[in-house]
Amino acid sequence: MAWLSAFGQAALRWLSILAVLALWQAFAEAHVVSDFLLPPFSTVLVRLYRDVASGDIILDIALTLYRALAGFALAAVSGVAVGILIARVPLMRWFFDPLVSIGLPMPKIAFLPVFILWFGVFDASKILMVAFSAVFPVIVASWAAADGVEAVLLWSALSLGAGRHRLLWEIALPASLPQIFTGLQVALPISLIVEIVNEMTMGGEGLGGTIMTQMRFADSPGVFAGVLAIAVIGTALVKAMEMIRHRLLLWHPETLAASA
Amino acid sequence: MRYLPLLPLAVAWEAAPRLGLVSPDVLPPVSAVLRAWLRLLQDGDLAVHGLSSLQNLAAGLALGIVVGVALGVSMAWYSPVEILINPLIRVLYPLPRSALIPVMILWFGLGAASKIAAVFLGCLLPVVMGAFNGARGVEQVLIWSALAAGAKRREVLWEVVLPAAMPEILAGVRNALALSFILLVAAELITSQRGMGYLISSFGEGGAYDAMFAAVLTVSAVGFFADRLYLLLMGLALRWRG
Repeated sequence: MAWLSAFGQAALRWLSILAVLALWQAFAEAHVVSDFLLPPFSTVLVRLYRDVASGDIILDIALTLYRALAGFALAAVSGVAVGILIARVPLMRWFFDPLVSIGLPMPKIAFLPVFILWFGVFDASKILMVAFSAVFPVIVASWAAADGVEAVLLWSALSLGAGRHRLLWEIALPASLPQIFTGLQVALPISLIVEIVNEMTMGGEGLGGTIMTQMRFADSPGVFAGVLAIAVIGTALVKAMEMIRHRLLLWHPETLAASA
Repeated sequence: MRYLPLLPLAVAWEAAPRLGLVSPDVLPPVSAVLRAWLRLLQDGDLAVHGLSSLQNLAAGLALGIVVGVALGVSMAWYSPVEILINPLIRVLYPLPRSALIPVMILWFGLGAASKIAAVFLGCLLPVVMGAFNGARGVEQVLIWSALAAGAKRREVLWEVVLPAAMPEILAGVRNALALSFILLVAAELITSQRGMGYLISSFGEGGAYDAMFAAVLTVSAVGFFADRLYLLLMGLALRWRG
């Protein structure tokens, strides 16, 4: 594709997305399938605009984001703490190693009814379910990161007179930050996936709950508008994490190499 | 030995409800859960619903792997396909796939087809990305040598590109495997009349908590062992690379 300028390539990429949307529109307007199965893209856009204007979907977005991010924050803080403890304290490693090795690949979503039984169907239950689903990749990443901090760095800091406290906050944590952040970047999409399933099964509004209600009332433009909103949120969160990573790791070779 | 710490946990789980620290309704003792599991095994519930779930999982996953590898490799091999498909994949990648479950129900109804479709869509992108990155990363020298030795483009694709891309394809499939369990169980929890997710939620709603825990642990164990088995097979499949 050397014959295309960078601008031409970017234009082509957008064109392919526009082409698919146009195809969607044309396919729906040709009524090959009913409007119920595939409402025209324009109908979905108008519906999304109305939902935004009426404020209904804003409330849903806020609820979903609140629960997903609260659960994610809980998973991030406890996961980093547990991961570093596992790397540093042999007893913790002995205890947590089997739990983590089972918990990471296991389909945690199956525990959803257990969380309903223990914590009910309201925010607490949803937030804890999100945290439980998202914590394992964070633990594993922090553990590997803390294990991988170069001993030379620690020795140099020690010989320069750093205490244990400064060693942790000023050497070990920054040095393991890239890997920990990769774990967080895995955990965030999981948080959103699980929160949407939470809302679909437990109710309590939010984007997932509202989509389910609309599905039960056979309101298919509403369902598609909701999915579109979720797609926008998902993209925004992924982009936000990339930006935060870039800011936090400005000093790191990965960022320096990218901007060079 | 590695799994020794699970023993005190199991003892604590048994003791807590028996000593009245927690209500047996909230946490049935391990022994009760085991008895419920044996009962499920005997009366065939586990076989019927487990098999139904495994069938849908396998169908969705297999479809996702075949279509995903085909898409990913052709994206790397023919640049028009890349230009066409890659932007779409980038747009769809951050969409939390569970949001598509209601759409699949609208399209395919409440039965097996909507579960298979949800699993398929969940698995597709990780496999596509693995195959695309793997096939794109194949060293040009390998391809040139094969072409120079007189291989046709199709032969190069099957005998050079695919094997060289295999590690990344297999890593993508491992992600897909984990996602397939999540999507299947989620779809079954949301609406279904069969499958392990249905079993779990109907026991939960009926208050048969010992059976609910038995089913939850079964799904977790199957998911865990599926991953272990996959790792084992992956190691065997890649042994030729040394």
